[in-house]
Amino acid sequence: MMVEDIRPYGDHPDDGAVQVAFTLPLKAGPQAAEAARELMRQMGIEDAQVVHSRDLGGDFTFFVGYGRCRHRVNPGALEVPRVDLEVMDFRAVNQFVRERLGRKVLLVGACTGTDAHTVGLDAILNMKGFAGHYGLERYPEFRVINLGSQVPNEVLVARAVEEGADAVLVSQVVTMRDVHLGNLTRLAELLEAEGVRDRVVLVCGGPRITHDLAVELGYDAGFGPGTTPSLVASYIVGELDRRRVAGRLGEAR
Amino acid sequence: MTGRPGGLPGCLELDPGLVRSAREDARVIVDEIMDYVRHHTTTSMERAALRLAGINGVDGEGTPLPNRLVDQIGSELGHGASYWLFNAVAVTGRDPGEVARAVADEGLDLIRLPGADPVKVRELGRAAARRAMDHISSRRREREDFVDRLGESPQPWLYVIVATGNIHEDVVQAQSAARMGADVIAVIRSTGQSLLDYVPHGATTEGYAGTYATRENFRIMREALDAVSEELGRYVRQVNYASGLCMPEIAALGAMERLDMMLNDAMYGILFRDLSPRRTLVDQYLSRRISARAGHIINTGEDNYLTTDDAYEAAHTVIASQFINEEFALQAGLAREQIGLGHAFQMDPDLTDGLLWEIAQAALVRALFPLSPIKFMPPTKYKTGNIFRSHLQDCLFNLVGVLTGQSIQLLGMPTEAIHTPFVADRYLALENARYVMNNARDLGREVVLRPGGRIQERAVRVLEGAAGMLGEVRAIGLWEALEQGMFAGVRRPRDGGKGLDGVVPREPGYFNPFLAHLEGVEGDG
Repeated sequence: MMVEDIRPYGDHPDDGAVQVAFTLPLKAGPQAAEAARELMRQMGIEDAQVVHSRDLGGDFTFFVGYGRCRHRVNPGALEVPRVDLEVMDFRAVNQFVRERLGRKVLLVGACTGTDAHTVGLDAILNMKGFAGHYGLERYPEFRVINLGSQVPNEVLVARAVEEGADAVLVSQVVTMRDVHLGNLTRLAELLEAEGVRDRVVLVCGGPRITHDLAVELGYDAGFGPGTTPSLVASYIVGELDRRRVAGRLGEAR
Repeated sequence: MTGRPGGLPGCLELDPGLVRSAREDARVIVDEIMDYVRHHTTTSMERAALRLAGINGVDGEGTPLPNRLVDQIGSELGHGASYWLFNAVAVTGRDPGEVARAVADEGLDLIRLPGADPVKVRELGRAAARRAMDHISSRRREREDFVDRLGESPQPWLYVIVATGNIHEDVVQAQSAARMGADVIAVIRSTGQSLLDYVPHGATTEGYAGTYATRENFRIMREALDAVSEELGRYVRQVNYASGLCMPEIAALGAMERLDMMLNDAMYGILFRDLSPRRTLVDQYLSRRISARAGHIINTGEDNYLTTDDAYEAAHTVIASQFINEEFALQAGLAREQIGLGHAFQMDPDLTDGLLWEIAQAALVRALFPLSPIKFMPPTKYKTGNIFRSHLQDCLFNLVGVLTGQSIQLLGMPTEAIHTPFVADRYLALENARYVMNNARDLGREVVLRPGGRIQERAVRVLEGAAGMLGEVRAIGLWEALEQGMFAGVRRPRDGGKGLDGVVPREPGYFNPFLAHLEGVEGDG
């Protein structure tokens, strides 16, 4: 199938309609509005209109703008990094573990470093789960150790080694000044130094985490916003099974 | 002693006997802990005393002087750092600041100095406490004068956060927010400060997700908010966190720099930061004693229960914790008008009639604590990157706030799930709140709840759940309840947690003239 270059759709094909909202460090007035329109034009927005502006006090003005984006994309020509897997539901994951792995999966999870925001970690791990999906604690074939917030990387690694974890899950919410990057990298390095990196499935998640970023940092997978516990579970058990099979093949050679 | 609230919350048919017994249970629960508190001190409590004595600054390596002194006193801390300090003042004839400098720069050893006349030592300490308390009281009067002269907004006060990580940029955003209608500015703390066993020094220009709670940061923001208060003809309040391992020290700094509110919860650090239960419960006492004198409104953190637990199912744990927090606060001398109990709007938006349950909860809190400036916190748990739906969630939140007569409304941001607020996010949030609250200002006085209806029934059930939980906690005691994971579903052993090594039994003759003054045992307070 031929994929054409496309533009945004407002109310008819190829109209390129986009909305933007931003603040300029200027007092409200005609000069500021023209600056906003000029900025939109430089963004590639034609027929730039400022439909709303508001003085925020202290030399700031907020703008809402509409226009037509002149840029196009060819989605077929894009390479999209992603976790490649089939998502199983709660029942299917547990059945998969029983049939293919034959033992419980042990997972250790934490918010590491100075991060105190456990919302994402709890959404994946807590019994209650998230958006109608049970958390991994509810999965009979998982044993979950949730270490909670502000866990030093060293503590997480020590616990994973002590428990013989199959999977390590790290949540990073605070990303100001890219604090999460150094912290995530450090954890992967520590696991490597302890010689256990290959023995665990290492995954991370958070609002600014993407799969390709995670892989770049030395993780097996990364999960962004809206990830359900069953997606994480599906990935982990699938990866464990893949390694199990690969291991056996290796022996056969 | 609590009167019946007006408006919609007054329609709840609550059993006064059940409310009384819940308070009685809370009193017994807290009494047991206070017995422990009265026999212990902590490193941070002693450092707070040193700060009140006028010791500020850092040594050549950046270690705060109060830490230097407390470290030097070491195992003798049970006598009270004030004893060793004022003994040194008596022996050397120097003032506390000079003594601290001598410890840092000249190798002065407080423990090895000869003992001065104990009567004189105590008199010097009591005089220093009177000076410190006079200073705190004068700062409190400044606030009262500002409010008398400039006035303040009707409640709910609109509370927004600034979190740029640079105090000077925070000032720009705070002043902008005030001009757009904010009544209360909270400066978010740098991530991880709760685990620091010292208070950093100086202005923060590169914090992570916030700035440190430091005396200098407090001063810079206070000055900026005073200026914008004058400009707007309305007093703008300042908030920071008296929480973590330095609770009482930060409360002292907040008292000296005229902060108006302190986030301060008796159990938050234990449950959500894995701080030592013993340390935290001792520390909260002095911090609240100081806040009581400073005229701070404390803000408790029960909203946090609902980020880990479900808002519908765990609603009663919020109420139970509020009764306990209230009792701890009362026993530390806070007036009910200073006890800003917290809760949050966290029902799953997909829940049918979730709005009814939120109204029931908010009205219940208002009805149970009619004199308290209740702090209502916004939806966060079910926020996504859909900023448009997020804005709608905040709209319902604002409606419940004005309908049920909440006092302090921490505004939700449309971009809650994305980043710390941009200046325009704050504008949108303030516009949302002002629109809803102005349009529905008197709605709560016009509508009544259907007797025996679902909102009434829900509130009664939640109260019953809370009363039942308090009964259970009373039966086993709070230490044991924390160990069993009765709060927030986390188990916290009484002898575990960070900061336990800073808890010290008070020796006979323990000397802390600041605490004594605040307790009204000594001095002219």
